[in-house]
Amino acid sequence: MIRFLIHRATIAVLVALTVSIIGFSLLRLSGDLASALAGDSAKPEQIAATAHLYGLDRPLYVQYLDWAYRALHGDLGTSLFTNEPVARLIGERLGVTVQLSFMSLVFALAISIPLGVLAATRPNSWLDRTALGIAVFGQAIPSFWFGLILIIVFGVMLRLLPISGSDTFAHFIMPTVTLGVSVMPAFMRLTRTGMLDALDSDYVRMARAKGLSTASVLFKHALRNAILPVVSLTAVSLGFLLGGSVIVESVFALNGIGFLAFQSIIRTDFPVVQSIIVFVAVLYIVLTLVADLVNAWLDPRIRLG
Amino acid sequence: MTALDHLTRPGAGDALLEVEAPAPRTVMRRRALQHVGFLTGGAIVLGVLLVAIFAPLLTAYDPFAQDLTRRLVPPVWSAKGSWAHILGTDGLGRDYLTRLIYGARISLTVGFGAAAIAGLIGTTLGLVGGYFGGRVDAAVMYLVNVKLALPGVLVALSLISMLGGSVAVVVTVLGFLFWDRFVVVTRSVTQQVRANEYVAAAEAVGASRLRIIVGEILPNVLNHIIVIASLEMAVAILVEAALSFLGLGIRPPTPSWGLMISEGRNFMFFQPYLVAIPGVAIFLLVIAINMLGDGIRDITAPEGRN
Repeated sequence: MIRFLIHRATIAVLVALTVSIIGFSLLRLSGDLASALAGDSAKPEQIAATAHLYGLDRPLYVQYLDWAYRALHGDLGTSLFTNEPVARLIGERLGVTVQLSFMSLVFALAISIPLGVLAATRPNSWLDRTALGIAVFGQAIPSFWFGLILIIVFGVMLRLLPISGSDTFAHFIMPTVTLGVSVMPAFMRLTRTGMLDALDSDYVRMARAKGLSTASVLFKHALRNAILPVVSLTAVSLGFLLGGSVIVESVFALNGIGFLAFQSIIRTDFPVVQSIIVFVAVLYIVLTLVADLVNAWLDPRIRLG
Repeated sequence: MTALDHLTRPGAGDALLEVEAPAPRTVMRRRALQHVGFLTGGAIVLGVLLVAIFAPLLTAYDPFAQDLTRRLVPPVWSAKGSWAHILGTDGLGRDYLTRLIYGARISLTVGFGAAAIAGLIGTTLGLVGGYFGGRVDAAVMYLVNVKLALPGVLVALSLISMLGGSVAVVVTVLGFLFWDRFVVVTRSVTQQVRANEYVAAAEAVGASRLRIIVGEILPNVLNHIIVIASLEMAVAILVEAALSFLGLGIRPPTPSWGLMISEGRNFMFFQPYLVAIPGVAIFLLVIAINMLGDGIRDITAPEGRN
């Protein structure tokens, strides 16, 4: 277990290092930042002055090391647009994004796990087909469009829910449904497949032969094993949701880090953009590492194999 | 060739069993003709493809021509609609059906292009990692881990905002973002195929590694690649629409479906059809591509169904 832990953690650190280099250089290599910052009508000497002001005239690796050193000490730089520290900007908005991610995850799991279990108990029944239909629907619907349709129906026609902002719980209902529907299909398919395998196994047949109740067989024996891959997917999805809610946050004007990233990209506020990219990536790496370790702890085949 | 042909040939006795087991190709054709999803999805995709190719023949209007005297004409099914503009006009008086038809070109180009680039990168990496194993494989999986950790939509948004929103840029950026699933699948299939005796035989007679990978392994991986490609094509179409909707994808006045929704958003409360119509188009195309992809998987490798 210790060896497995060290091995996985080493890879995670290396991946995080690479991701930070990519996130850092992405915005510098793809355009001339200094002339973009100085404005369209800037003279060459003004561009040079801007480059010097932001330290853009130094070699790239010096810029990276300087940035990485500060980032490790909690200083992610200053926004070019608001002049506030990037760490504070992210900190202020993280709560909204975390709340949205957790709510969508709970929403998706609450629907997909029972539905996946039921679908697996009766393969090819109308229930199974309905579950599959929902999965196909969720996979194909553009989330930004689904959000707009919800706004038109529940916000404008029925006037039931607020259409933008993040002040109350009601503000989160439509964004949660929109985001939840987009992650639901994967959970449902995985639960269904896992349950089908588990129900076909010897230990479930044994449990049935012992005369245990259907509920006990389904939830105590079969689901316990079928849920393992779902645990990993939950961690991966959480990482995806924390970074992938850009679209939904923008549609509903929810003031989370996705919306902040979107606004910063439009304003070419590169310290904010690169910090969010690296921050979200590191979050993802940590979450998947934790999921891997939990799985290895639960299942000896992983840590020994 | 039918099963009966075997019986009339010399040595037909050996082939008698084939009456029981028809050729794989026959089995596949039979499965394809019975697969509702494959047929429906295939028909819709083919239909959209034909519409995209023959766009100029299908409509009398120019997708860019504005007519400010005919702004926001409602579609034909509403009381004030007319057959002159079947789906009405947008906020600049452009015929909506025409823009929808030309928009199919953008979606299909982005879908095909991005899936092709991603497929090329991912398949190459997967074949190399799966065949050579060891450190090469570790390096490939390391790249996949890095790719998975990066928030794709954010990276795409920032790259496109810097490089400009032409179709070529969008296709390239999306192609470089969606190769990971190709690697994972190609790699695991390659590992299985590599253990076969015919690969060992090819190695024994001195075939080059390139020849083994391309000649012996690639054909076995191809079916899987087509299935992944269809799924990634659907994802690329959805992401392009989302990026264009956010104003950081395809630039106006190009008729991209996502951009049409974004432009229609300003009139969302009184002309909801401007938002509804392009969204339904994206939804139908994506669902059709997914059905086609699932169908191909069921037909070529039914054991891979979940």
